[in-house]
Amino acid sequence: MLRLEPRSTQSLSAAWLSPMLALVLTAVTGGIIFLAMGKDPATALYIYFVEPLTSSSGLSEVAVKAGPLVLIGIGLSFGFRAGIWNIGAEGQYIAGAIAGGGLAVFWYESTSAFLLPAMLLTGILGGMAWAAIPALLKTRFNANEILVSLMLVYVAELLLVHLVQGPWRNPMGWGFPGTRVFPDAATMPLLFTGKRVHLGTVLTLAVPFIAWFLLARTRFGFRIKLFGSAPLAARHAGVQSNRIIWQSLLIGGGLAGLAGVIEAAGTIGQLMPDISPGYGFTAIIVAFLGRLHPVGVLLAGIAIAVTYIGGESAQISAGLPKAVTGLFQGIILFYLLTFDLFTRYKIVLPSRQTVQQ
Amino acid sequence: MPIPDSPLLSLTGIRKVFPGCIANDAIDLDVQPGEIHALLGENGAGKSTLVKIIYGVLRPDQGDIHWNGDLVQIANPAQAREFGIGMVFQHFSLFEALTTLENVALALPREDHDKLRARLVETADAYGLALQPDRHVHELSMGERQRIEIVRCLLQDPQLLILDEPTSVLTPQETETLFETLRKLAAERRAILYISHKLEEVRSLCDKATILRNGRRVDDCIPSAETARSLAEKMIGKRVESVRKRATTQQGNIGLQVSSLTTHSHQPHGMDLSDIDFAVRGGEILGIAGIAGNGQIELMDALSGETGAPLGGTIEILGTDATHLNPNERRDLGAVFVPEERIGQAAVADMTLVENSFLTASTRMKFSPNGLIDWNAVGSFADNIVRDFDVRTTGVSALASSLSGGNLQKFIVGREMLQEPQLLIVSQPTWGVDAGAAAAIHEEIQRLVSAGAAVLVISQDLDEIFLLSDRIAVISQGTLSSATPANDVTPEDIGLLMGVRHTQQEKTKYAAA
Repeated sequence: MLRLEPRSTQSLSAAWLSPMLALVLTAVTGGIIFLAMGKDPATALYIYFVEPLTSSSGLSEVAVKAGPLVLIGIGLSFGFRAGIWNIGAEGQYIAGAIAGGGLAVFWYESTSAFLLPAMLLTGILGGMAWAAIPALLKTRFNANEILVSLMLVYVAELLLVHLVQGPWRNPMGWGFPGTRVFPDAATMPLLFTGKRVHLGTVLTLAVPFIAWFLLARTRFGFRIKLFGSAPLAARHAGVQSNRIIWQSLLIGGGLAGLAGVIEAAGTIGQLMPDISPGYGFTAIIVAFLGRLHPVGVLLAGIAIAVTYIGGESAQISAGLPKAVTGLFQGIILFYLLTFDLFTRYKIVLPSRQTVQQ
Repeated sequence: MPIPDSPLLSLTGIRKVFPGCIANDAIDLDVQPGEIHALLGENGAGKSTLVKIIYGVLRPDQGDIHWNGDLVQIANPAQAREFGIGMVFQHFSLFEALTTLENVALALPREDHDKLRARLVETADAYGLALQPDRHVHELSMGERQRIEIVRCLLQDPQLLILDEPTSVLTPQETETLFETLRKLAAERRAILYISHKLEEVRSLCDKATILRNGRRVDDCIPSAETARSLAEKMIGKRVESVRKRATTQQGNIGLQVSSLTTHSHQPHGMDLSDIDFAVRGGEILGIAGIAGNGQIELMDALSGETGAPLGGTIEILGTDATHLNPNERRDLGAVFVPEERIGQAAVADMTLVENSFLTASTRMKFSPNGLIDWNAVGSFADNIVRDFDVRTTGVSALASSLSGGNLQKFIVGREMLQEPQLLIVSQPTWGVDAGAAAAIHEEIQRLVSAGAAVLVISQDLDEIFLLSDRIAVISQGTLSSATPANDVTPEDIGLLMGVRHTQQEKTKYAAA
């Protein structure tokens, strides 16, 4: 049997090199898959990874997709740093969209300038409330936050479907599931005419820098990192574990909720069953691809957004199936985790000296 | 008494060196068939290393092992078992989710399940080891778990059975049952190597004892012919009379007052504290001696406030009731803490010295008054630690993991001292630290006391306890003896107090005497 042994030293460059290598190998693997599907790999890869970045509308779409991924990814990175595994950001995203979007549904004729800020705020609170459930159950009953947060995703999805098909359905919507289209006062202003990129994208850009400041310069950020890397030392330094669990879940939930309401108020303009193409789950990949570092998450969010947009144009112009997008995201995570393992461990061949116990 | 014939196991000149310490040196040991042979010694005397060599877990650097008169090499535990050597470790290797029978079957994979069940029951009955094959391990007591381990060894028909501190997890009744089993085994001319530091047990159970100290064999004796005191003397040895550098200063106010402290341990192998009373005044050092695992970690955690409020009793720090305060609130009162665990508790391996300075000093040094960290201030504080306490490092941006054990401990002690505490609570201040660093740490502790601070030292090292302390108490099985002035006791007296439960009546009697 081969064994894995921890390396005595880990280089900082390896930590940043491994996401790069993962991306390169994903492209290589993707090329092989395209070849096997009878497509020209060079063309397909170009459509996939380069074309989205060559036009202003492509860039706008990348920004629109990257926005929620970065927001959720940043939120998750706090929890993952602290060793709190919030897997249910998708549910918190939906809860945020419901809570914030609900205001637009009730005041659908409003022209108030306060409506949009109020929606953002309630969106954050909605995401937080959804994340508060695993936090409460974990701190009270030591319930596993992975399971609780994950299961709440399905609850949130069903709640959304119920609302948009039942009480909140657009009375003038010919029976289609979906709420009224939000009024202008509840919609994110567009930045350029004819492009979908909106004010929410700009708001999103500020978040990585705020997160960086929190992690690097505040006692709160120090404690998050400390709790994740050395729980006993955290206890020694007077860090209360329940407080960290609450804080990291609320941050993750709050930012996911914000992403949800921005998506509803920005890109979509109403509530409907499909308000997320799985942003909450993809953001887990984004968080790890970005090394749980705010700036890394920003870059990773953009990279993953490219695969979404590339996937869409590949469907249209190269006739590739939609599933390729999910495949690429899976391959990236696979390679990333593999390289991670080898930056921390080395393979040791068995020797006769091995002590058996 | 067994007839002395050719020994079953004979070790000659065993030597084993680990980086930085000689664990075993020139050790000779003969074990006769049918003999219950004690291996006696303090922590760190080299007992565990020696039995690991016999069981094939470690290989000696020098020396010969003879088994039944033949020169042998024991390459691994599997080979040891083939020779007929069985071992029961201090920490059991059982799967909690499996049954007794399944656990035993795992060790004997070739055996048919039904046959094994019959043999298991038969063997267990024959030696008075009550076992139910189909119960799951997680519902069993420590004593029952140990019986599984013993039966698992016995099913392989060993000629020599090694038991490492077997009674440390047993109740007195379970201990008595174990002894009966061991005597039965010895009557069948099986040899038993019994590792312990509990003197009374060794006296009542063992035919012979080999005493180790600092990795060397210092004496052989027949324990029943010795007193507990004379055994303790052999085990601990003549202590070098340490020259105290500090005259006992005039006593200040009470720095730490602990009354009837009772806790329930959070750890699986933990020790509950029961009714602990003591006080430390400013300008004095109270030393708490004791063998590892008798409640030292739990006491430290309770005093620092890391495990929350105790079940019962009170802790007063510098005159303020701190029973329900968290660690940082206790630091605010003027206390600092140096726990035993350096990496992972007192310091974080993959954080820099600057970050590690912030770890515990942030409260008293006010490094983040409004939540923002003043990293410049932390940096110069870290510089001061490195300079004042002669920490050998490439700089304060170095990771804690890059420091040697002694340097890291100097850093940790320095970090706490520079916060100008009125109360220092330190556990194992110089464990595994080189002599130079140890002397430096001792000197700093003395200096702090001379400046009027109260100091509590928890240590398993009796030399250290005697070197530093004004008064000494002994922690044993989660209880604490009353403290006596260091000048009135000898290390032997202290040794006798280890391994005894200190009840309230006894303490009252002691105080009255």
